[in-house]
Amino acid sequence: MSEAALRVQALRKAYQDVVAVSGLDLEVPAGQCFGLLGPNGAGKTTTIEICEGLTARDSGDVEVLGMRWETDARALKQRLGIQLQETQLSDKLTVEETVRLFRSFFDKGPTPDRVIALVQLEEKRRSRVGTLSGGQKQRLALACALVGDPEILFLDEPTTGLDPQARRQLWDLIEEFKRAGKTILLTTHYMDEAERLCERVAIMDHGKIIALGSPRELVASIGVEHVVEFSADGAERLDLAALRAINGVRDAQIDNGVIRMQVTALHSAVPSLLAELVRLDIRLTELRTHSATLEDVFVTLTGRHLRDE
Amino acid sequence: MSDHPLYQLTLVRFREFLREPEALFWVFGFPLLLAAGLGLAFRNTPAEVLTIGVVGPELAAFENAPTLSVEPFAAVDEGLRALREGRVALLVERPANGSVLYHYDDTNPEGRDARLRADIAVQQNAGRTDPVAAQDELMREAGSRYIDFLIPGLLGMNLMGGSIWSMGFAIVDARRRKLMKRLIATPMPRHYFLLSFLISRLAMLVVEVGAFLGFAVLVFGVPIRGSLALVAAICVLGTLAFGALGLLLSSRAKTIEAASGLMNLTMLPMWILSGVFFSSQRFPDAVQPIIDALPLTALNDALRATMLQGATVTQIAPQLGVLAAWLAVCFPVALKLFRWR
Repeated sequence: MSEAALRVQALRKAYQDVVAVSGLDLEVPAGQCFGLLGPNGAGKTTTIEICEGLTARDSGDVEVLGMRWETDARALKQRLGIQLQETQLSDKLTVEETVRLFRSFFDKGPTPDRVIALVQLEEKRRSRVGTLSGGQKQRLALACALVGDPEILFLDEPTTGLDPQARRQLWDLIEEFKRAGKTILLTTHYMDEAERLCERVAIMDHGKIIALGSPRELVASIGVEHVVEFSADGAERLDLAALRAINGVRDAQIDNGVIRMQVTALHSAVPSLLAELVRLDIRLTELRTHSATLEDVFVTLTGRHLRDE
Repeated sequence: MSDHPLYQLTLVRFREFLREPEALFWVFGFPLLLAAGLGLAFRNTPAEVLTIGVVGPELAAFENAPTLSVEPFAAVDEGLRALREGRVALLVERPANGSVLYHYDDTNPEGRDARLRADIAVQQNAGRTDPVAAQDELMREAGSRYIDFLIPGLLGMNLMGGSIWSMGFAIVDARRRKLMKRLIATPMPRHYFLLSFLISRLAMLVVEVGAFLGFAVLVFGVPIRGSLALVAAICVLGTLAFGALGLLLSSRAKTIEAASGLMNLTMLPMWILSGVFFSSQRFPDAVQPIIDALPLTALNDALRATMLQGATVTQIAPQLGVLAAWLAVCFPVALKLFRWR
């Protein structure tokens, strides 16, 4: 890792009286895929749009590929690939016409045909954008971001609203771009997306980074390896304090009738939990366990879920 | 060359326009239909024959009046009923004392007209001779008919609507879709985006004006007495002025609804005041300076003067000045106010 592809220091941005970004520092080495993870309204989009040169910052410093927006905007734009959150491309143009249009803005880059092949839209080449599915539209948006052979790719919520198959297809495409050694900054509120694609993740909340590291480091940092969730008839008779006292359980909360336990040792915690349920004659209706994820990191740090509005 | 961004952006303008059947109709079909309909409705006809009622047997007076058709009535009551029902425009009665009595509605032009014609016939039949000999020579020349007045007005209205709508809707739609925001995230030079509208508009103008004027000349025999080059120049200047106005109207709006309200609010007064369907001279003298300063009035007056009276560029200089002024004011203000997102 030589120089940083993207360096952000003490970034601040407020809209009227709402502070969107409040003192944010970020450094993305070249060749890395970096994820901004957080709930809606955390300031992810504002941050990425400031980096893209679309939004002016109030204060702080932003350096992209060693250049600054104030002085090098034209040169910078030639080297960035951008996909915005809510862009609707013109419905009346075909896939090929759209890609050709975007390609015409860049000095260099692959041919429109190659980009269309890259995002696997060859069969839809002559279809109007208005007839494409959500996943195909997102792939076209990605194609429009790739036409200039960018050194950095900015992706704002690339898979929001897509079905699982379309998401996986898009992830494959992004991974292909990663393999070419390019830098990616992406925002998402899907923890699985960040875990799968990103080498490093910054968890954002209320305009600040509250945790930073690789997905593995972040999960490890909360000292919890597993999460046990269950619901049961008569769960209200359970004493959370008793559950917390079980060997291998770090913490337990009740949320919407579902009890959630952060567990360090699954093999000792689960039998003890079951024994406790039998003792109180509480019938389990559901029991799940999974390895701790970034979602659990967020819950642990903020007490809220990522997708809470 | 085919990869030049300006070329690609202009192509997009054409594609979006041609793939919208409604837009095609409003720009090309509608003006032709309107001209055809109005031309048919207001075609010039020779003086109409008016039907009058006469009480009693004295019909001889009207035998030499070809523009009057006489219906005899036995009684006054019967004749008055026919008058009330509009079957006759005038009822003529001859009281016993030798005078003549006319029943008619003086607020009805047909009634007044019938009164005049009938009286002439009655008086001449009674022996009156006119002291001055009068002769008629009829003028039904192209250029002074209603359709001749109408065509330049419709053309002007069309240029205004075409420029403002095509500009406004496309820009607001691109802003609403965040497509403009996406475009300015690319290295696209921003003025190319606006320039593409201008180029496509001017290219469309050739087809639009050509089809409309061709139709007017061939079907209605509307004259174009001034130079075609001057007519073309007026159309281009008008398009530029209205394009700038359209750009100004759409510089901020984020929804189609807001923009179309603003556009209609701007255009409606001009449809009425600027002499599209009837002469703007009908409005009071006090408001004439305001009407003259409207871009559509200037465009219509310039087109009419050039097409119908064969005016030269110096004769329509004031109108061209008004259009140029609108362009010079609207365009910089629009650029200053313009929001890309």
